[in-house]
Amino acid sequence: MNTVMLRVEDLAKRFTLHLQGGVQLDVLNGAGFEVRAGECIALSGPSGAGKSTLLRALYGNYRADAGRILVRHDGAMVDLVTATPRQIVAVRRTTLGYVSQFLRVVPRVSALDIVADAAGGRAEAHTEAAALLHRLNIPASLHGLPPATFSGGEQQRINLARGFIHGHPILLLDEPTASLDAANRDVVIAMIREAKSRGTAIVGIFHDAAVRDAVADRLYQVAPYQQAA
Amino acid sequence: MSEPTLLSASGLTLRFGAIPALLDVDADLWPGEILAIVGESGSGKTTLLNVLSGKMAPQSGQVMYRDPAGAMQDVHTMPAPALRALHRSDWGFVHQNPRENLRMAVSAGGNVGERLMAQGSRHYGHIRAAAIDWLEQVEIDAARVDDLPRTFSGGMLQRLQIARTLVTHPRLVFMDEPTGGLDVSVQARLLDLIRSLVRRLGIAVVLVTHDLAVARLLADRIMVMQRGEVVEAGLTDQVLDDPRHPYTQLLVSSVLQA
Repeated sequence: MNTVMLRVEDLAKRFTLHLQGGVQLDVLNGAGFEVRAGECIALSGPSGAGKSTLLRALYGNYRADAGRILVRHDGAMVDLVTATPRQIVAVRRTTLGYVSQFLRVVPRVSALDIVADAAGGRAEAHTEAAALLHRLNIPASLHGLPPATFSGGEQQRINLARGFIHGHPILLLDEPTASLDAANRDVVIAMIREAKSRGTAIVGIFHDAAVRDAVADRLYQVAPYQQAA
Repeated sequence: MSEPTLLSASGLTLRFGAIPALLDVDADLWPGEILAIVGESGSGKTTLLNVLSGKMAPQSGQVMYRDPAGAMQDVHTMPAPALRALHRSDWGFVHQNPRENLRMAVSAGGNVGERLMAQGSRHYGHIRAAAIDWLEQVEIDAARVDDLPRTFSGGMLQRLQIARTLVTHPRLVFMDEPTGGLDVSVQARLLDLIRSLVRRLGIAVVLVTHDLAVARLLADRIMVMQRGEVVEAGLTDQVLDDPRHPYTQLLVSSVLQA
């Protein structure tokens, strides 16, 4: 359980807003930490400190300007900062999972198919997807419907089911309980703990202190970037 | 990771008089992958599609295609009959206007079956069965198999064109604004259909679109073109969520939120 699954070294991210006269926003500078198998790191810091930017960079969604993001993939460390698009796709397929705050709905695809499609082609995907949706209190009557008309909390639970079904060795969670009631929040806490006990390395943003205390082993403080004087 | 490419273009340049339609464009496509080419009108998207598919010759640069036997073929120097044979079976082309591809005086089933016949199928019963199967796959009622395409709606025509294209199980399909000019409800259905068929059959697609939402839904990777140049390329979500080039930032920020 002591294997380093993810190591971030001296990561920097700057946004250049060309439409706003080339304003430069330095959001991350020198970020670094590591996460071992079975460990959960909570990113903390005030709003606007760059927590979501860091999490998106870890998924390869935002492209870092400097530093390294080393991910253990197929027994070797792959640097997502320099990886090709196809390497990133391969890492995301089997190693790196991400649960965003919002579900991006695909027209006409049912909730069950959305979740089952994320299982990586396993034969029993639909059975597992249905079980996971039940666990997250999504009734069977909704499984066959496309989630476009679902409530915010229901969509988030579809998103969670989709993120957890594959069993990626590394999971990134962006406020997984933001729009959930207490009962569902407890289900998610249990799911995160089970994933950890299976050896999943987790990095998350948890605004809810109760959730954070229940799942996080350590905090990583994301400091608002100070311009060098 | 080192899987060979299906299509590889390098250094493509083509000028129309003083206007650069393509400037030193490189593109790679792997089997089963969807690559979107985005940019505004006149950016060179459609020219690139025509050059990649051998319909138009570049002034410099080359396009290499890996044929089913595994040999690399130079699309622009291969014999014309061989290129036509590729277009008949191993490749498909989906036009924005389905009338460019369909024969309006031939029945729906005939339109689908024709491509199989061009490939050498001769058994009428098999061809008709395949045509009906494909009409159903694109959600056209099998009872319409003998109807003429001119009795079809725009969305149905587009689905018929897709059935006609996919019936030969191509490995590579070029699509030029396949959802352009359709109602949004029809568009959503078509997008979902393209997405599921392409994934299930493992077809590689080069997709030209000016609609970033279409690119987001369908494409693995994206290339942004401006005035004949590729200004930015990468994973679709990277380019759309973290655009770096001023032109890409303009495109992304210009999308209306519904």
